[in-house]
Amino acid sequence: MHLTLLAFDWALLLEKAVLILIIISVSLLVAMYETWGERKVAAFMQDRRGPNRAGPGGILQPLADGLKLFMKEEIVPLSSSRFLFVLGPGLAMLTAMMTSAVVPWSSHFHLWGRDISMQIADVNIGILYIFGVVSMGVYGIMIGGWASNNKFSLLAAIRGASQIISYELAMGLSIIALLMISGSLSLRTIVEQQQAHYYYVLVQPLGFLIFLICAFAECNRTPFDLSEAESELNMGYHLEYSSMKLGFYLFAEYVNMFVSSAVMATLYWGGYDIPFVNDATLAQHIGQNPVAILQIVSLFAKIIIFIFFFMWVRWTIPRFRYDQLMKLGWHVLIPLALFNMLATGAIVLWRG
Amino acid sequence: MQPLTSRAKAVDRKPMTMWEKMYLPAIAKGMSITFGHMFKKKPTVNYPEKQRPFSPVFRGLHVLNRDEQGRERCTACGLCAVACPAEAITMEAAERLPGEENLYREEKYAAKYEINMLRCIFCGLCEEACPKDAIYLSETFAPSNYTRKGFIYGKDELLIPDPVTQPEEYAKAKGQRH
Repeated sequence: MHLTLLAFDWALLLEKAVLILIIISVSLLVAMYETWGERKVAAFMQDRRGPNRAGPGGILQPLADGLKLFMKEEIVPLSSSRFLFVLGPGLAMLTAMMTSAVVPWSSHFHLWGRDISMQIADVNIGILYIFGVVSMGVYGIMIGGWASNNKFSLLAAIRGASQIISYELAMGLSIIALLMISGSLSLRTIVEQQQAHYYYVLVQPLGFLIFLICAFAECNRTPFDLSEAESELNMGYHLEYSSMKLGFYLFAEYVNMFVSSAVMATLYWGGYDIPFVNDATLAQHIGQNPVAILQIVSLFAKIIIFIFFFMWVRWTIPRFRYDQLMKLGWHVLIPLALFNMLATGAIVLWRG
Repeated sequence: MQPLTSRAKAVDRKPMTMWEKMYLPAIAKGMSITFGHMFKKKPTVNYPEKQRPFSPVFRGLHVLNRDEQGRERCTACGLCAVACPAEAITMEAAERLPGEENLYREEKYAAKYEINMLRCIFCGLCEEACPKDAIYLSETFAPSNYTRKGFIYGKDELLIPDPVTQPEEYAKAKGQRH
């Protein structure tokens, strides 16, 4: 017994714990500054200046917003089911954070004679894990909407659930085409293949487009923000929420955006690969650790571009009508994804 | 039917073409428009740091004027109060005592002079009515206040600083006018 405990790689445990801590804080930090970025992008696209009072360029605005949310009164409606009411935002936040576990943030660092992998868990079913967690994300919306005991919230919850179920199908089908090319479900393997050959967006442009549209829908971002349509449902599922519980919902949306950007970058845009450079030869020249840092920078640059794209679309396109949303999902995206899957399969078979 | 105006336009109810049904070209067009707006000049003026210049004919808060020797010009004739359509001005006259010649220009002066800025419509008729050039409207507007009482401006708020003892403040209050 004693010996088995000693034989356990304690450094690995420490390494992973530190990595989890870093990734969670970074996701929260990024989510914080996404709120600032969102307001800035919105302002610039509408010829305004955006927040510019708190700190230079409004850089402290997220702190002020967070403080405001913390200071607000915490209201739990009397007719709500209290346990579920509290569970909802927690679940939304949990699922948003969990997805980042399988994303490879960089190749590895070489420190203290160890190779420290920059991925919390390199599970061989990484994509399935992401799908599982993402489809759990709808429970945050569902439970929140249900527990509020409010007709608008319930409507929003139903809308959110049906939307996510519809778009998950197309998303899954578009991923299958990618998996037929990669032959692996592990995100690290997929990135390494892209490093060796080409970015998968080049061979799967249609698949990427479908995945992108579905990612918008999964994140509940405009034009798919049916479940929190301000003008129709008065905020939707988080109508009854106040204080930091509301903050959790809003935050979860931004964390979701960050993680789905990371997943898109990983699956289709080479992940942590530095574009136009052979990472392995670069590592021989300047060492593994600087390359690992550059890879993180490269991945984050891709993520930030995607996040900007999310915001750009949000401030350009109006919301879909509900029947248009369903029509787009079932009549357009799923047949397109099926066609993409069949075509990819045929080509893979033909090339042997 | 004859259209009522020359601007009438029939609503186009043709079914969408394949190109329009694809949505993506239209979305790309819209996104290029919003992206273009990112680099446009922002019309916003950062207010407390930067202020837009007022027009020289702007009618703002009232100022009770002094002459070059720093004496109050107002003689409490009451013409401004009569001219005022909003009945915002009230005053009480008093007689100048011997030894006060350096304070008041005329033999009679306003002991109390109040303008209710909530009633005032900033029409400038008081300025026009004044035979002594004692009141004019400046280029500042009334700041906000917590009470109604705060909007009743007395002589201490209205009087321009003394040009003899406080020349700098006087120049600032006088602004671009006269």
